[in-house]
Amino acid sequence: MLRFITRRASLSLLILFLAVSLLFAMIHMMPGDPASVILGPKASPELKAELNQRMGLDQPMLAQLGRFYADLARGDLGVDVFSDREVADIVFEQLPYTLVLVLAAIGGATLLGIPLGCFSAIRRNSLLDRITAVMSVAFIAIPSFVVALYLLLWLAVKWRWFPAMGAGASGDIADQARHLVLPAIALGLGWVGYIARLVRASMLEVMEENHIRTARAFGLPERSIIVHYALRIAILPTVTILGLGIGSMLSGALFAEIVFSRPGIGKLLHEAVITRNYPVVMGSVLVTTSFFVLSTLVADVVNAALDPRLRDSRRSS
Amino acid sequence: MTSPVLDVRRLSVSYQTGRGTLRALRNVNMTVQPGRIVGIVGESGCGKSTLISTIIRLLAPNARIDGGSIEFMGRDLLSLESEAMRALRGDGISMVFQDPMTSLNPVMTIGRQMTDIQHRDNRSRADKLARAARLLERVGIADPAEQLKRYPHHLSGGMRQRVAIAMALMTEPALLIADEPTTALDATLEVQIIHRLRQLQQDFGCAVLFISHHLGVIAELCDEVVVMYAGEVVETGSTREVFLAPRHPYTRKLLECDPGRIEESTRHLPVIAGKLPDLVDLPKGCVFRSRCDESIDICARKPPELEGDDHCAACHVVGQ
Repeated sequence: MLRFITRRASLSLLILFLAVSLLFAMIHMMPGDPASVILGPKASPELKAELNQRMGLDQPMLAQLGRFYADLARGDLGVDVFSDREVADIVFEQLPYTLVLVLAAIGGATLLGIPLGCFSAIRRNSLLDRITAVMSVAFIAIPSFVVALYLLLWLAVKWRWFPAMGAGASGDIADQARHLVLPAIALGLGWVGYIARLVRASMLEVMEENHIRTARAFGLPERSIIVHYALRIAILPTVTILGLGIGSMLSGALFAEIVFSRPGIGKLLHEAVITRNYPVVMGSVLVTTSFFVLSTLVADVVNAALDPRLRDSRRSS
Repeated sequence: MTSPVLDVRRLSVSYQTGRGTLRALRNVNMTVQPGRIVGIVGESGCGKSTLISTIIRLLAPNARIDGGSIEFMGRDLLSLESEAMRALRGDGISMVFQDPMTSLNPVMTIGRQMTDIQHRDNRSRADKLARAARLLERVGIADPAEQLKRYPHHLSGGMRQRVAIAMALMTEPALLIADEPTTALDATLEVQIIHRLRQLQQDFGCAVLFISHHLGVIAELCDEVVVMYAGEVVETGSTREVFLAPRHPYTRKLLECDPGRIEESTRHLPVIAGKLPDLVDLPKGCVFRSRCDESIDICARKPPELEGDDHCAACHVVGQ
C-alpha cells in the first residue's frame, strides 16, 4: 500500500508540474499586459518598461518560468503587484473559505446522493426512484449560478432564512455555518443528482453479480448484503468522480462566491485575471491545481483501500 | 422408508418474457432421501437451474410458480414467509454455485466471508475464524489460517471452489445443492473435487442434489439420477439402472452422445438430431417427440406421465 501511494504521489507531482507550466504559458498568451492595466492607458512607455522589468516580464518566457519554479522551491510565490503583499499570504488567507465551501457542498451531496442512489436501485421503478430520476436531471441541467440566484432571491431576500452575503463574522462558527448554507446548496445541488444516478447505476450492476446470489443463498440479511457486499463495490466509480469533483469545484466555486459575495480562491483568481495580476493568478492556479491533483490522488488511494484487486494490479504493474 | 429430505411434487414454474409465457418447468417430480446423492442431468435450458432457484426461492423477478409443492424435511417451502425461508438458506439448505471465479465477493477476504455466513451463531469472531480454518482444512486447502486472510483473486479456480464447498458445509446442512460445481474447472481438478465431495458427503451425512450435464461425473458420484428434458423429468432411477438400462429414448440418446462412451474412432461426434422445443409455444403431446425415432400415434396427442416404481420413465413406448 505504501509503495502504491509513493508511486501514485510521484505521478501526481509530475502531472502538477506539467499542468502548472502549461497554465503559466497560457496566462502569458492572454491579450493585454499588466502594465497597461495597472498604470492605465495613458502611462508613458518608460513607466511601463520599468514595471515590466520589476515583474520580470521583459525576460523570455522560459526564463520567467524557471524563476517561478526557483522561487517556488524556496516557498516564495512572489509579490502582489498592487498591494505589495506576499502572494502566498493572500492565497492562504482566501483558501480556507473555498475549502470549507467545497467540502460542505460535496459532503452534503454525498450524504444525500449515496442513500438516494442506493434506495433507487433497490426499489427500482418505485415512486422515489422516478422522482429522483427527474430531479437529478433537472438539478444537473440547471447551471449553479442560476440556483445560486434563486436561493439568494427566495431564501435570503424574500424569506430571510439565511444571510445573503459574506462568510460570517470571524470567530463566530454558528454565524459562519449559516452563511455557508446557501452557497453550499448552490454548489452541491447538481452533485446530489449526479451522485445518486451514478450510485444507482453501479448498484444495479453489482446486485446482479453472482457473489450477491451467494450471499443470499447463505441467508445473510438483505441490509448487510446491500451495505457490506454491494455498496462497497458500487461506490468505487463514485469515489473517483468525487475526487475529480472536489478538485474542479475549487475553481468552480467562483459563481457561488461572486453571487454571495464570499471571499475565496475563485473570486481571488477571477479578479487577478481581470487585472492581469500575474503573480496572484499563478499563485491561486498553483494552489487549486495542487488540490485538484491531491484530491484525485486521495480518491485513488481510497479506491485502492476499498478494492484489493486494484491494490494488487497496481503493485504488480 | 424414511421421509425424504426434499420432495418436489408436480412443480411448474414459468417466466414472463417479451414473447409470452415461457413454461420453464412442468409437473416436475423428484425426491432426495437423507444421505443420498441425487444427480440432475440434462442439456442447457432443460430447467435444472430454474429448479434449484425455485427450491431455494431465489427466482428471477419475472418468474412465477404456477403450481406444485416443494417439501423440505416436511415443511412446504413454497408457502414459507420470506424471513423463514431466509432462515433456512445456508442453514438447512446450502448451495455451491457454478462459477467459482464470480461467486465469491471480490473485495472481502475469504475469512470475512466465511465468518459472515456464520451470522446465526453467537460465538466470537476468533471462534468463527477457527471453525472456518478447520473446514478449509477438510476440503483440502493447505495452510488454512493464511488463506483466510487472502482475497478471492489470490486463489485459483479449484481453490475457490473448495472454499465454496467449505462454506456450504459450514452449517452442516441437511441438503447441499451443487449447481455444476466442476463445470468451470479442468478435468483433473474435476476428479479431485468430485472425490473430495463424495468423501465429505459421507463424513457429514448430508443429502446432495448435484446438477451437471457431465454424465461421467454423475455416474461417478451419484446414487440416483433425474434426467430432465425441456422442463420435464423424463426418467428417474438409481444411477446404475439408468446408465445400464436407460428406458427413455432421450436418456438412451444422451448416453450415446457421451464422449466417454465412444469406442470407435469417428469423424463426427454423435448428436441428438433436432433442437429443443420452444418453451413459449409447446408442442402437443410428448415434448421429445420431434427428436424421437420411436414415436407412435399417441405421442402426438397425449403427454406421457412419469411411470414406474423405482426406475421411472415418461414415455408411451416404454409404458406399453
